[in-house]
Amino acid sequence: MRVIAAMSGGVDSAVAAARAVDAGHDVTGIHLALSRNPQSYRTGARGCCSIEDAGDARRAADVLGIPFYVWDLSERFHADVVEDFLAEYAAGRTPNPCVRCNERIKFEAVLDRAVALGFDAVVTGHYARLESGADGAVELHRAVDEGKDQSYVLGVLTQEQLRHSLFPLGDTPKERVRAEASRRGLAVADKPDSHDICFIADGDTAGFLHRELGSRPGAVVDTTGEPVGSHDGAYAFTVGQRRGLRLGHPAPDGKPRYVLDIEPVSGTVTVGPREALEVRRLEAIRPNWCIGGAPTEGVEGTAQLRAHGAVHPATATLLGDRLLVDLHEPATGVAPGQSVVVYDGTRVVGSATIASSAA
Amino acid sequence: MVAEVIAVLTEQLDHAGNPSSLHGSGRAARRVVEESRESIARALHARPSDVVFTSGGTEADNLAVHGIFAARRDADPRRTRILTTAIEHHAVLDTVEWLAGHAGAKVEYVAVDAAGRLDLDDLRRRLDAEPDDVALVSCMWANNEVGTVQPIAEIVAAAHAHGIPVHSDAVQAVGQVPVDFDAVGLDAMTVTAHKLGGLVGVGALVVRREIDVSPLLHGGGQERQIRSGTLATASIAAFAAAIDLAVGRQPDQARRLEELRSDLVRRAREAIPELVVNGDPEPGPEHRLPGLAHVGFPGCEGDSLLMLLDAQGVECSTGSACTAGVPQASHVLLAMGQDEAAARGSLRFSLGHSSTAADVDALIDALPGAYERARAAGLTGVGGSDA
Repeated sequence: MRVIAAMSGGVDSAVAAARAVDAGHDVTGIHLALSRNPQSYRTGARGCCSIEDAGDARRAADVLGIPFYVWDLSERFHADVVEDFLAEYAAGRTPNPCVRCNERIKFEAVLDRAVALGFDAVVTGHYARLESGADGAVELHRAVDEGKDQSYVLGVLTQEQLRHSLFPLGDTPKERVRAEASRRGLAVADKPDSHDICFIADGDTAGFLHRELGSRPGAVVDTTGEPVGSHDGAYAFTVGQRRGLRLGHPAPDGKPRYVLDIEPVSGTVTVGPREALEVRRLEAIRPNWCIGGAPTEGVEGTAQLRAHGAVHPATATLLGDRLLVDLHEPATGVAPGQSVVVYDGTRVVGSATIASSAA
Repeated sequence: MVAEVIAVLTEQLDHAGNPSSLHGSGRAARRVVEESRESIARALHARPSDVVFTSGGTEADNLAVHGIFAARRDADPRRTRILTTAIEHHAVLDTVEWLAGHAGAKVEYVAVDAAGRLDLDDLRRRLDAEPDDVALVSCMWANNEVGTVQPIAEIVAAAHAHGIPVHSDAVQAVGQVPVDFDAVGLDAMTVTAHKLGGLVGVGALVVRREIDVSPLLHGGGQERQIRSGTLATASIAAFAAAIDLAVGRQPDQARRLEELRSDLVRRAREAIPELVVNGDPEPGPEHRLPGLAHVGFPGCEGDSLLMLLDAQGVECSTGSACTAGVPQASHVLLAMGQDEAAARGSLRFSLGHSSTAADVDALIDALPGAYERARAAGLTGVGGSDA
């Protein structure tokens, strides 16, 4: 196959590209430029937007002996990921920009362009497995390395996108990927993993939101509506958050308080005891079915509510265009805006964006 | 590199003398350097003493613009204006911008027309306005992207009417069109070896002895105290051999390239009637370089086309890329009045001494398919075409 290897400049995508070459594919390396002004994003060695990363990706492509180009997706990235991130926070939700980037950039913009240019697939360094199902469908499964598993952020992919994707690292633990990079002479073998949001240079999300969204003071109230504090912007809070609430006086029962709800219009943040965070049912919008189409009946399986979060036994039912997820045991800290990904064993069935939750 | 130049180079690699040394091997090296200087001067119609060796075209451009600006302003502090064009190579553009930011230069970009040629009336207006304030004029001999040849003799006449020196970057022109330093009356001219079939890493600023130039590199005082640094004897000898051959073969070469180019353009137009050829359509050394075809493909991203052609063994180029490798719209096409989308959808095809009719055939075979795919990819809106 003729394939595009999306190369971030990190160790995973470099080894993924190398494995695609070994598999006999005709591989072309691509680095995505996501910022017109790299200095405005992270400039250290750990980001995905820096000049150093573009250089590291180029070096890896040279070592592999494959053609390499830089694709400018800065405008799409800003419009679809950064602005969406800000709008979601402004609306009191907690977005996952990596999910959004996979959905709109890596497997939409890049894949569309690649297919138009005559390529068959896009190779990435995501830790997830693809398998051919009995019915001919391509199945998306969790990676063998559970600690690195990234199937959660790929739950937005459609069957059609999965058919044009290759994830060569899904069967390998991270440490073996590093060792392989070193053996292959790839200089990025020891490069640290990136964890933070690539477009927030200093890792200070609250500071970034404050700069971009400005000061929007509001009240912090308890479950009876009694004011217990104030804040500079509700976007600095996430449902389930305990630290950094800066409440003036302790709760009457002396127990810690958590963010229960964020009301974006008034900017009111409601806090309360941990028990009040418990969620047994949640409703999610814009479902996507990796398996091809919507399942005809409820799915008995598991649900994951955030990246690298716990796995909850659950029943998922489609109600019109909404997905209802009943958790068999209560979960806490369920933030609207995050993805809920539904699994059948290790297989990803689909995902949707959490809109609301109930005890 | 052709065999004659390789022979000269390898012959010199056996000799280790420093041409500034007084001993025997130094004298031998000195002789090689001076004979090379004479040979290069002869090829360019300059005096040997005008030739100042540098590390290449970029250094020669920096030396000319920065060095003449500094010397002229030291002589008369009113001289702060630099007249140039927006289609110059970045070795000139970035230098004048640096001088504007750090040395009080006031840079003016003389208008160019849609073919990429300097507007002489605009130049004369700017010169006549305040001639005593102008430090120098710099205009390339021929543009490296679209190939348009500039009216150098007229530019020189206009500037010399006020006693203002003129520099020209002739890197692209030498070996492609006749270049006569004395006849056009230039004061300084940039040339480089690797564009002529020599080595990368050596070039020259041809600059009249009467022109004061402040050095950029300070040290041993080589090259009329203008450019310190031990001379690269072997590279300089190869440079001289290459320029001799290139200038000697220029008329035949130009005829051959013009034929290949007109064949390329005609057949590309037959395959893709909507394509746009940028620059001056007229052939001839007053109009454009013979071996360059700069073509706009409506609705395409140039980098998509480049990638598809590259995969089929056809090598061409877009404008330039930023530090991270992002393709940028050509500053030359933008200065010629094209919009960003048109500028991003253009490619440069360069024909040289090794190009053949078979190369043109290969391009014409690959082009229609690549164009269709690149157009389809352009519609996906990736790469800034939705900007």
